[in-house]
Amino acid sequence: MVVVTEQVRSEQRAVRPRRQRSARRRLEARWGWLLIAPSVIGLGVFSIWPIFRTFYYSFTLWGAFGGHTWDGLTNYRTLFSDSEVLRALRNTIVFAALSLLSVPIGIVVSALLNRPGLRGLSVYRTLYFIPVITLPAAVALMWKFVYNGDYGPVTQFLKLFGIHGPHWTSNPSTALYAVAIVAIWSSIGYNMVLFLAGMQTIPRHLYEAAEIDGAGRIRQFFTITLPMLSPTIFFVTVIGVINALQAFDLIYVMIGKNNPALNDSETIVYLFYDKAFVQSNGGYAAAIAFLLLGIIIVFTGCQFWLQKKWVHYE
Amino acid sequence: MSSAVAAPAIGARRRKKKRDRPGHLVVHVILAVGALLMIAPFLLEMLISVETFAEATAVPMTFIPHTWRWANYTDVFSAMPFRQMLVNTVLMTAARTAGQLVFCSLAGYAFARLRFRGSGIVFGLFLSVLMVPSQLFLIPQYEIIQDLHMLNSLPGLFLPGIFSAFGTFLMRQFFLQLPREVQEAAYIDGAGPFQTYWRVLLPLARPGLIALAILVIIWSWNDLLWPLVVNTDPSSMPVSAGLATLQGQYLTNYPVLMAGSLMASLPLIIIFILFQRHFIEGIAFSASKG
Repeated sequence: MVVVTEQVRSEQRAVRPRRQRSARRRLEARWGWLLIAPSVIGLGVFSIWPIFRTFYYSFTLWGAFGGHTWDGLTNYRTLFSDSEVLRALRNTIVFAALSLLSVPIGIVVSALLNRPGLRGLSVYRTLYFIPVITLPAAVALMWKFVYNGDYGPVTQFLKLFGIHGPHWTSNPSTALYAVAIVAIWSSIGYNMVLFLAGMQTIPRHLYEAAEIDGAGRIRQFFTITLPMLSPTIFFVTVIGVINALQAFDLIYVMIGKNNPALNDSETIVYLFYDKAFVQSNGGYAAAIAFLLLGIIIVFTGCQFWLQKKWVHYE
Repeated sequence: MSSAVAAPAIGARRRKKKRDRPGHLVVHVILAVGALLMIAPFLLEMLISVETFAEATAVPMTFIPHTWRWANYTDVFSAMPFRQMLVNTVLMTAARTAGQLVFCSLAGYAFARLRFRGSGIVFGLFLSVLMVPSQLFLIPQYEIIQDLHMLNSLPGLFLPGIFSAFGTFLMRQFFLQLPREVQEAAYIDGAGPFQTYWRVLLPLARPGLIALAILVIIWSWNDLLWPLVVNTDPSSMPVSAGLATLQGQYLTNYPVLMAGSLMASLPLIIIFILFQRHFIEGIAFSASKG
């Protein structure tokens, strides 16, 4: 079938006059622009232009009653001496680092699931995946109850051992960790799906060969599964870090304003939202957004640089 | 010679299989404990949602409510405009999904299969949008919606979300995978670029469209930041923003909050369980193309 069309095509091309071909090309060009037009206009208005606009705003001072004036580098200068920004930066990085724990957990879960002949694979996969697609606002409310310091199950459980638990989400020394646990919990399923897909592409004969050589399950995991999976691990880590650096939903709902632990748990994006849309300080918020962009670029760049040392491509 | 080598290998494999049985049991125990940890908060949520406030906040915990208080579920609708919020979420999600399916597949096809001057540059611009965190768009997007007098309206809620650089990229990758011969054959039959897209390639791209639709639905249903920014009036909010903002103001009543949370997240969970295979494939597909 393919061969025939291939032949027909080459014959057609040979006999087709040049004028017809250029007409075809013009038709393609016209349709090409027409078909991308909605996206070009939509993304131009709602994404590309806003980048430049936000960049401009980051050099402006916003008045209390609207309007903005050029202010040079003041916002950026303030940024690096603003203790609130530096604390948010620290919180965000700690949060992102902690949330990466879902990567090893996801690998272990998918390695356990990836056994030939294991029953109930789809049941497990469903259960592990449900947190991924659950409304983050709902997840946050549900965990807020779990973490409640008076009657939440965690506190009540600890009480059985005579431990007096704190108010997990309003105690400055525990709040960020409490939220990070929820972030880990809700991303294990996503990682698991990707790792499972990656593991299923590893050729079976590698395991069979290792088995003949007498390598046990654990040995096979470290010498075959992990190296073969490293491109997937790299992808999941990069995406996971980018997402965690933009954490907002859980902080907004589980911590929220007027929380004594807010200072020690607010993230960059929470601070951005607060400055831009609560305090109407768009200029400073724009500078914070560009700080976020810078951090994402630095962290992603570092990972791409480090990948040469541990990611195996065939 | 070779049979002598093969025999112990087979023997070893058989022994391995025998040893695997108790191994599977251990695996099941670990996986089941993990699964329990994943769904325990949901079980707790369900329990609290049918208890009275006193039972929910009792120490020690109430595991079996005295009477099942289903009224918590109806109370959600009187505590906030919950019905309207659900409608808003559904309409916002439907509009964003429909918009992205149309616009992203059109542009994705053009980038993948039509040759025209400037397509490389425009596609590069789209890719650069993909790299930028969405917070960078937020302030100007808000101002545009404000200038269009669309704050606290449904169009304001979905308008920026009907276009997507990621969706365009995903669809382009999908169209690139389809065999070129199909398109050539359509050309020879006299089909124009649009007919080729509509009649020939789009039906073949169904799996890609389903994957995109699923990703948009998950993102849109759960989206919080954008709705918080543009729609501050409770009756124009989707459920995500509604639960997040009204939890402190109107309710500290956990049973009612849990009932609301359950009702807000259940539609997506049910859709997931029904179309599980598509969800898993869609997510794996998007990752393999990203």
